[in-house]
Amino acid sequence: MQFFNEFTQTIINGVAIGCIYGMVALGFVLIYKSTEVINFAQGELLMLGAFIAYSLITMLHFPYWLALITTILAMGIVGALLERVVLRPLVGEPAYAIVIVTIGISYFIKSVVSMIPGWGTDTYGFKTPFTDKYVRSGELVVSWEYISIIAIALLLIAAVFLFFRYSRMGTAMRATSQNQLAAVYMGISVTRVFSLTWTIAAALGGIGGILLAPITFVHMNMGFIGLKAVPAAVLGGFTSPPGAIVGGLIIGITESLAGVYLPDGWKDIAAWIILIGVLIIRPQGLFGIQEKKKV
Amino acid sequence: MSVMLKVRNIETYYGPIMAIKGVSFDIEEGAVVTILGANGAGKTTILKTLSAIMDPQKGTIEFMGKRIDSLPPEKIVAMGVSQVPEGREVFHDLTVKENLLMGAYLRNDRAGIKRDMDMVYDYFPILKDRIAQLAGDMSGGQQQMVVIGRALMARPKLLMLDEPSLGLSPLLVKEIYGIIERINKEHKTTILLVEQNAPMALSIASHGFVLELGRIVMDDTCQALMANEDVQEFYLGIKEDSVRGTKRWKRKKKWR
Ligand SMILES: Nc1ncnc2c1ncn2[C@@H]1O[C@H](COP(=O)(O)OP(=O)(O)OP(=O)(O)O)[C@@H](O)[C@H]1O
Ligand SMILES: [Mg+2]
Repeated sequence: MQFFNEFTQTIINGVAIGCIYGMVALGFVLIYKSTEVINFAQGELLMLGAFIAYSLITMLHFPYWLALITTILAMGIVGALLERVVLRPLVGEPAYAIVIVTIGISYFIKSVVSMIPGWGTDTYGFKTPFTDKYVRSGELVVSWEYISIIAIALLLIAAVFLFFRYSRMGTAMRATSQNQLAAVYMGISVTRVFSLTWTIAAALGGIGGILLAPITFVHMNMGFIGLKAVPAAVLGGFTSPPGAIVGGLIIGITESLAGVYLPDGWKDIAAWIILIGVLIIRPQGLFGIQEKKKV
Repeated sequence: MSVMLKVRNIETYYGPIMAIKGVSFDIEEGAVVTILGANGAGKTTILKTLSAIMDPQKGTIEFMGKRIDSLPPEKIVAMGVSQVPEGREVFHDLTVKENLLMGAYLRNDRAGIKRDMDMVYDYFPILKDRIAQLAGDMSGGQQQMVVIGRALMARPKLLMLDEPSLGLSPLLVKEIYGIIERINKEHKTTILLVEQNAPMALSIASHGFVLELGRIVMDDTCQALMANEDVQEFYLGIKEDSVRGTKRWKRKKKWR
C-alpha cells in the first residue's frame, strides 16, 4: 500500500510536470513548423510568465483565475511584439541566424527581469487556490496542486488543438506551414500567421510558467527548466503538435520516477537517456514522419 | 465589352536577370485569353507579377479600373483575381474539403460558400467522394482538380491558370478544358490561360499572346494565330512537308 501510494503520487507529479513540458514543447513545434526557427527563448518566456503571474497575485492581489487569464493575454502581447520588432525584419535571413537571435532574445528577457524592481535575482513563490489542499481516498493522498496543473494544462492544450483543427484561422495556419506559396495565393497573410504563431507560442510558454511556479519557485533561472521541453519536442518528432505533448509527458513521468526510485543525479539525465534511446530506434521521433521528398 | 485587366510595360526581375522585358496587354471582361510561349519565356513570371507574388520594377497593372501593381497579394485576391499556380500546389496535409475551404479564406458569406462548394462538387464529382481524404494522397490529376476547385471557391472575376494540363492524360485534359469553358460560360468568369499545350489552349480561347524571351511578339485572335505559319510550326507542331520544306530552304538561302 505504501508503495502503491508513493508510486501513484510520483506518476501524478510526473504527468503534471510533463503537461508543462508538453505545453512549452508545443510552442517550439508551432514556431518551427511555420517559420523553421527553433526558438531558444521559449524557456525565458516561461520565466517571464511566472514573474508576471507572481506580480499580479502577490503585489496587485489579483485572484488566481484573473491572474491566469491576464498573464496569458500579456504573454500573447509579448510574443506578438517580439515577432513584430525582432523577427519580422529578419524574414528572409537564413534560419540559423534567426535561431541565434532567439538566444539573444532569451538573454534580453533575463536581463530585463533582473533589472525590474521587485523582480531581480531573488527567489519568489505564490499560492494558488489549490496550495496545501489534498484529496484522500483511503490511504491514497494526492495534492490538488498537481491535479489542478494537469486539468488546466489539458484544458488549454485542448483549446489550442480545437483552434487549429476547426477554426478558419487555425486551418490557414496549418495550410501556411505546409505550403506558404499556395497560402499566399489564397489571400492568407503570411505575416499575420507568423504573428499569431508567436502570440500562441509565447502564451503557451507563459502558461507553463504560471503552472510551474507553485511547484518550483519563481526565479530568473527558471528558463532552464523550460529548456527540458527541447528533448520533449524532439522525442515527439519536432513537427508534430500531439508528439510534443506525448514527448512532454514521457519525459515528465520518467524524470519523476527516476527522482524517486533511482540514485541522485539520474533525474536530470533521465530525459536525455530516453531521448537517445528513442532516436536510435526511431530517428524521426515518435510522431515524426520521414521527410517526404519531392522527386 | 470593357477591358478588365490592363497591363502596361511591366518589367520583372529575378535579381539582376530581367525576365519580363516590358510587356503590355489588355484582357476583355468575360473573355478566355491565352499566353503561349516556350519554356522559360516568362509566362509564369507574368502571372506571378499579376498576383503580386513578384513586384514589377516598372510598369502598371490596372484591374477593373484600379491600380493593383503595388497592392499586397491578399488585396488582389480580395478584388477577385485568383490563380491556379503551376505544379499543383495543394495543402498536402489538409483534407480535400479543407483545401477547398481555404480557397474561400477571405469570404464571409456562409451561404454563398456552401453553394460554391456544391458547384465545385458538381464540376468535379470525384472530390465529393473524397472530401475527407488528405490532398497529398490524391493522384496528380485529382490534385489538379483540387487546386482548380480551390481557386473557384474564391469566386474570382479573373481566373488565371498556369499550365493546368501539365502531366495529365489526354482524356483528363479534355475534361479539365471542358470545365474551364463551363466556368467561363456559366459564371462569366474571365480566364487567363497559360499553356504549353497550344492546340488545346487555342481551341477554347478567343485571343492569344505569344511570349518569347520576356517580350510579347504576337497579339491576335486565336483564329489568326492558328493560321499563322510560325505559330503552326513552333507551337502547333504542324509541318506541311512539301510546301514548308521548300520555303524553309528558301529562307535559309536568303541569309546564307
Ligand atoms: N526563381 C528564379 N530565379 C532566377 N531566375 C528565374 C527564376 N524563376 C524563373 N527564372 C527565369 O526567368 C525566366 C522566365 O521563367 P518563367 O518561369 O516565367 O518561364 P515560363 O514561361 O513559365 O516557363 P515554363 O513553360 O517552363 O513554365 C527564365 O529564363 C527562368 O530561367
Ligand atoms: Mg511556367
